[in-house]
Amino acid sequence: MADNIIRGKVFITGDNIDTDQIIPAQYLNLVPTIKEEYKKLGSYALCGLPDEYSTRYIAEGKTRTEYPIIIGGSNFGCGSSREHAPISLGAAGCKAVIAKSFARIFFRNCIATGEVYPVETPEDLNKMLKTGDEVEINFNARTVKVMSSGKVYNTNDLGAVKEVIDAGGIFSFARNSGMIK
Amino acid sequence: MGMTITEKILASASGRERVSPGENIWVSADILMTHDVCGPGTIGVFKREFGEKAKVWDSEGVVIIPDHYIFTADEKCHRNVDALRTFVKEQKLPYFYDPGTSSYSGVCHVTLPEKGHCRPGEVLFGTDSHTCTHGALGEFATGIGNTDAGFVMGTGKLLIKVPPTIKFIIDGKLPKGVTAKDIILRIIGDIGVDGATYCAMEFAGTTIEGLSVEERMTICNMAIEAGGKNGIIAPDEKTIEYVKSKTSKPFKCFHSDPDAQYLTVRRYKAEEFVPVVALPFSPDNVKSARESSQVKIDRSYIGSCTGGKITDFIFAAELLKGRKVTVDTFLVPSTVEVEQAMKEIKVDGKTLVEIFAEAGCLDPAPPSCAACLGGPVDTFGRCNNGEVCVSTTNRNFPGRMGSKDSQTILASPYTAAASAITGHITDPREFLK
Repeated sequence: MADNIIRGKVFITGDNIDTDQIIPAQYLNLVPTIKEEYKKLGSYALCGLPDEYSTRYIAEGKTRTEYPIIIGGSNFGCGSSREHAPISLGAAGCKAVIAKSFARIFFRNCIATGEVYPVETPEDLNKMLKTGDEVEINFNARTVKVMSSGKVYNTNDLGAVKEVIDAGGIFSFARNSGMIK
Repeated sequence: MGMTITEKILASASGRERVSPGENIWVSADILMTHDVCGPGTIGVFKREFGEKAKVWDSEGVVIIPDHYIFTADEKCHRNVDALRTFVKEQKLPYFYDPGTSSYSGVCHVTLPEKGHCRPGEVLFGTDSHTCTHGALGEFATGIGNTDAGFVMGTGKLLIKVPPTIKFIIDGKLPKGVTAKDIILRIIGDIGVDGATYCAMEFAGTTIEGLSVEERMTICNMAIEAGGKNGIIAPDEKTIEYVKSKTSKPFKCFHSDPDAQYLTVRRYKAEEFVPVVALPFSPDNVKSARESSQVKIDRSYIGSCTGGKITDFIFAAELLKGRKVTVDTFLVPSTVEVEQAMKEIKVDGKTLVEIFAEAGCLDPAPPSCAACLGGPVDTFGRCNNGEVCVSTTNRNFPGRMGSKDSQTILASPYTAAASAITGHITDPREFLK
């Protein structure tokens, strides 16, 4: 990630976006470690969102998203332990998910796979922004900046898990620390 | 300062005298469970990271239970089970419950305890969020993703954060018609779907002590629906008797110290519980069955890891005996053992399968996860349109049982059966006089 910055358009979702909405169970026949199926998973990212979401995360006929940043409310990624969830987002072109809070396993799977950065903010950014707004996440400054208004929001400290993210996931972390070869 | 049962197990598994909430520690796993949906990806990660010829850390520690997409024409699903077969052969894994053979069992979370893979004091990781079920047997059990599972497969270890514990103390005698499912739904309704995020949920009190091991599993199963990392119930005589009837392997029982530290302690009186439902589209949208009686249903579904055990079918049979259902009623025993027991166990002189047939239920499907999570479009019981389904399963987010237009209402087997009779949400106590 250049200069520890992710910049792009946001896609707004609500509270409790569960793994069935991120990747519906009928697509779990796809195996993420098979290259073509990884891509296919991406094309279904967030297709389980109800039809009230008039803008779809993946536009019709496309396989990747134009929104590299998803903003949720509380408890993003609740539900199943399926790693297909962060993987489908990553494969679709998502770089980061910003939320007030994350469900435990989803957060962990984001870190373990390195597919998307989970970014927590004290405020409900999904209530302050709209789909299509452009923001910049600065990991060094721990901020989210809204490009049109210049308004800056803080992000929460990642804590001890940052070491694992910085290492590039659990395998690299364990190798760096001599746990495994 | 004392420790909770969760902290004691994690201390033991990390070779430490004591651990505290928030610490990141490497723990040794006793069992890693995976299934057909996450197994192939886990194996993919394992081989990518440790090499094509790598061996799993302990062949007796890896338990593979295909259960999600078994009875479907979908070719990729069959390919995925084949990938498990190849791996099991290559690694010479003794614990594989292979579809289409006499070793097939069904739903992983009911198979694990049935086959003796759950033992007090151990650490069990599974590539399924409902792995928290097994805390009902006094062990630390939690769900993980493929990458973490690939790591465990190669090393037998995992880096985890010690969770703080929320204790739920429930004392007294449950009223007639109220089951473990009503207890856990009520608790999730009280604390919300993120009310226990990252926390251990410890259940105690005389009500919990009075529950069967299977009913305790129903409670711990849904800890994840409140965001919990694990659910846990201290082992007692019932636990020990159950585990000893399934395995001869030794195990160690841990108990929370009287001065253990809890994040919070919540107390309930059993007498205050009533039959409840979780209305669409969240497991914390909990209302009493009585006040939801205006909600019409199109079908009733009894099955899954949380609601398809033999005790669940006995509850349903008690209610359906001598009565008729008015909506399609789907029955999916969780395992082959449960399927067999339904043909043998009798309520008032009739077997469960006889009672269900006379009540007009659809013939029970072969054991699997079936429509609990929707699955491939040809899955038995899947909601393919705008059905409203009362279900003994554990989740009801949009599209959970299939189509985005369908709605799932979570309930106990009693309530699912009572509602099947009337065609609308019904408090089972109207029938259980």
